[in-house]
Amino acid sequence: MGAATTAHAPSASHDTPDPNENYLTVTKGVWSWLATLDHKRIGIMYLVLVLAAFLTGGIFALIVRLELFTRGQTIIDAEMYNRMFTLHGVVMVFLFIIPSIPAALGNFILPIQLGAKDVAFPRLNLMSLYIYAFGACFALYSMVSGAVDTGWTFYTPYSTTTHSAVIPMILGAFIMGFSSILTGVNFLATVHKMRAPGLTWTRLPLFIWALYATSIIQILATPVLAITLLLLTAERTLGIGIFDPKLGGDPVLFQHFFWFYSHPAVYIMIVPGMGIVNELLSTFSHRAIYGYMFVAMSSLALAILGFLVWGHHLFVSGESEYSMMVFSALTFLVAIPSGVKVFSWIATLYKGSISLKSPMLYALAFIFQFTIGGLTGVFLGMLAIDVHLHDTYFVVAHFHYVMVGGTVFAFVGGLHYWWPKITGKLYNETLAKVAFFLVFIGFNITFGTQFIMGSRGMPRRYYDYLPEFEIFHQISTVGSWIIGLGFLTALACFIQSLMSGAKSPRNPWNSAALEWQTPTPPPLANFVKVPVITRGPYDYHLATEQELSSDD
Amino acid sequence: MSTEAATEVASSEHGDGAGHDDHAHAHPKFLAHHFDTPLQQFETAKLGMWAFLAQELLFFSGLFVAYGIYRSWYPETFAVCSHLLSRPMGGGNTIVLLFSSWTAAMAVRAAQLGQKKNTSRFLLVTIFCAFIFLFIKYLEWGHKFHEGLLPGHYFGHQYGGFFGAIPADAEVPDLPAKAHIFFGIYFIMTGVHALHVIVGIGVLIWIWRRNERGDFSKEYFTAVDLAALYWHLVDLIWIYLFPLLYLID
Amino acid sequence: MINIRPDNFQLPDALSTDAARVDDLYMGVYYFSVVFTVAITVTMLYFVWKYRRRPGIKAEPVTHNTTLEVTWTVLPIFFVMVLFHLGFKEYAHEAVAAENAIEIGVRGQQWSWTFTYPNGKQDASELTIPVNQPVKFIISSQDVIHSFYVPGARLKKDAVPGMYSSISFTPNTIGDMQIFCAEYCGKDHSGMLAKIHVVAQKDYDAFLKKGDRLDGEPLDAYGARLYKKNACYTCHTIDGSKGNGPTWKGIWGRHEDIQGGEGITVDENYVHESILKPQAKIVAGFTNVQMPPFTLNDDQISAIIAYMKTLK
Repeated sequence: MGAATTAHAPSASHDTPDPNENYLTVTKGVWSWLATLDHKRIGIMYLVLVLAAFLTGGIFALIVRLELFTRGQTIIDAEMYNRMFTLHGVVMVFLFIIPSIPAALGNFILPIQLGAKDVAFPRLNLMSLYIYAFGACFALYSMVSGAVDTGWTFYTPYSTTTHSAVIPMILGAFIMGFSSILTGVNFLATVHKMRAPGLTWTRLPLFIWALYATSIIQILATPVLAITLLLLTAERTLGIGIFDPKLGGDPVLFQHFFWFYSHPAVYIMIVPGMGIVNELLSTFSHRAIYGYMFVAMSSLALAILGFLVWGHHLFVSGESEYSMMVFSALTFLVAIPSGVKVFSWIATLYKGSISLKSPMLYALAFIFQFTIGGLTGVFLGMLAIDVHLHDTYFVVAHFHYVMVGGTVFAFVGGLHYWWPKITGKLYNETLAKVAFFLVFIGFNITFGTQFIMGSRGMPRRYYDYLPEFEIFHQISTVGSWIIGLGFLTALACFIQSLMSGAKSPRNPWNSAALEWQTPTPPPLANFVKVPVITRGPYDYHLATEQELSSDD
Repeated sequence: MSTEAATEVASSEHGDGAGHDDHAHAHPKFLAHHFDTPLQQFETAKLGMWAFLAQELLFFSGLFVAYGIYRSWYPETFAVCSHLLSRPMGGGNTIVLLFSSWTAAMAVRAAQLGQKKNTSRFLLVTIFCAFIFLFIKYLEWGHKFHEGLLPGHYFGHQYGGFFGAIPADAEVPDLPAKAHIFFGIYFIMTGVHALHVIVGIGVLIWIWRRNERGDFSKEYFTAVDLAALYWHLVDLIWIYLFPLLYLID
Repeated sequence: MINIRPDNFQLPDALSTDAARVDDLYMGVYYFSVVFTVAITVTMLYFVWKYRRRPGIKAEPVTHNTTLEVTWTVLPIFFVMVLFHLGFKEYAHEAVAAENAIEIGVRGQQWSWTFTYPNGKQDASELTIPVNQPVKFIISSQDVIHSFYVPGARLKKDAVPGMYSSISFTPNTIGDMQIFCAEYCGKDHSGMLAKIHVVAQKDYDAFLKKGDRLDGEPLDAYGARLYKKNACYTCHTIDGSKGNGPTWKGIWGRHEDIQGGEGITVDENYVHESILKPQAKIVAGFTNVQMPPFTLNDDQISAIIAYMKTLK
């Protein structure tokens, strides 16, 4: 197609694109954004929303940490504290992390990496954005009408008896779930059917493999959360008794239902992050990802294993010893694909040509922190140790090392990496590096401390604590300020780039990947001509000088 | 990764073999700009629909698991309560839905053959059946409301109809202690299913209007096909709900 | 107060016979993790330095080596299965309670713990158990989910409403152990603390006999305290107003009609019987709400009687 598009096509004018036109300039006005079917603009709107959610959730986190700076009341009372940590969790999980990489960056990058003009179902794509926004409104409504104090896990029977605004919040999560499902359906169909000529499965970028694995989880796990939240709503309004022991129900059943989604959801969060790390490592070491097929398959393995380990969240809930044994054994298997990825990443650096640009720093920090996050998962997988560490700060630290040290670092790294592609502008590299080091140091101070607190016995979700934990809480809180400062610096860096950043060349990183072979920012149809793929995205030895050069 | 013109590439090189012979035909108006061929567009839509149906199954699976667990815990309650449901009404609804599934399939066939009038006829019959299904459901639910066979807290509170007064002399049925759980599950399962029927009616009416407008042809009938697929799923779920809820012995 | 093991900055004092073995496992995984993390990080940093981008030097196109990849896929499987085995073995060992274990009831409610000893004696927020004696805790909850967490024994178990669960351990050190609630349960979750006093066997025996009367406490004051502690006030008023049960104001020596039987005069025997077997003789007009039996010992019942006598 491409140049061959006939006069019937709605976008016939792109037969001979104006070299000065790109997707940002082709149409103007607010409505051209709100009603757009262009995956790039939808991706940007998602990006704005998830960044707003990240900022909101971050403020909640800072309030939580500040409250814990001293024993007893520091700034807020216990009831407010319980709302703050709940909102932090809900906002970060449902509004930020789940849509962050797939719906925001993925939306922008996936079709371009596939050499496609758009995702398979552009209207559905726009709809999923509005469903997300609609769900977010419910969450906002809950926040202003008393908020929720159940923890983001909504465990029954507390969530069915508390007087906070639980129903609007779970309806919000329910609705946002459908947004996530529709994105998954869209990406799955796009990866299967929209690949450019020559782009075989073995030439797919690993970010695509990761998003593909993620789509499968989104399609198969999210509906289970939806029905669980629906049953919870019915429990609260009608008292159907399924989760309420007073009515003959079983509160542990809720935990099974909830984690059947929410454990795979952890992989919805981390697998796309791993995908981004592949792109960063390859581009900034000018090397193919070592053991490409193993890395690709490890994403699928994680997607599948994610469905089989939910029971490890219930190790102290009174499951049978037999199921604990099975879930513990299966949990350990998660280490295998995770290990494959880490080993391959390290091997990718071997004999590379490594450039320490800010996105690469995020990728290297990802490897370091994900290794720690993964290995502390081994502690938690071991039954005898888990019984001590379960529901302590050790667990809090563990998943923040994976979710923040992993996913958020990958997300921010990816945002830096694709920033010129998205905006057409360069950012100040020095400022970006300063931001990185602040976030990196702050993060490790904040959560490294929490491992020790947790193994010493500090339970999570505590408003007050025993005096011997005070010093750790204070160090952790100071760390949170450094993280906050770091992210603000990154934000300043991006704003400065938007205001006065230099124009980006086509390929500022000299990458061999397909998305850098089209003009920056891309035209509405992504490519001037439909690309024909003759090599893998990481084959630097096969890329031409012209492809690797910054500009055309 | 060269960006030379795609015309030089054989169609087999395309991702999933969805042809790439652009010059061979014009770009018909039903073909969205980001697809190369009608076949690619059709296959993509179909794959997307199957993925969507997979999530629908997972959505209902939560309810089936809850049903399975509570039935294994309280088998006698479930057996006793099942007898309070109207088998003629449930069975009648099963027949209505099965028939409508057949008419939906016939509508697709008519669309494939380009028989616009027949497509409309079959679609209308399908929609009509969906309304009959909902009407029978309304009668059933009304009856349960009247007898106080309601979920959870409302169990045992009798209503004369959806908005009627509580009849003072009505007898409270003598039921096992956990009957409210059975009826909770019954109302949620049939309620969520009925919601799918209502959505299906909306979709079918939309498809019918598009057909009247002349959107479909031998070459392009994807939307009819997908709507029918969805309708078969609604039918399929009922095929499981009916014996599980109505036919316990 | 949680004391930290002097030899180990990560873990609290090990106060039960099994805790030290859990710690050994913990430290094993810890050293393994440290070695692994350092190896990965150092290799990474070395490569980053060694293969830093330099003009004129290109990356070498090394793509894969199947043998190496299969090795680093398969080898860890054996490794993690060993870890799984060790973790499960230790857990299974802990999960089996000794046959001679003392059984102590642990009931969580928002936001306190109540402990019930084998002889029926109850205590809130403080628990006394003998050293070197296996103890089995039967855990339940009154309202929402709580979790009974004893860091000193490296154990926790959720208290789930409508269900009984248990843990057991053998304390091996005389002194105090901290109890936390580890499952979020609402406003005062972080205040839902309790202490275990581990004492010598003879002190435990004496403690069980002693009851909970304070030294020098007058009998009627003790009775008043039991009235509050056992929440008698939810049904029995002391100001003559109507409750679910007969008011205690002027109850002593009062003549009452009994549902389906002869009338009685409220005396020591009637009060004694009514506390231990509330359904034996119910005062006419109070059959709507069933009073649960209370397990009080004779001293405590005497104290209640003394208190009743003061309510004229």
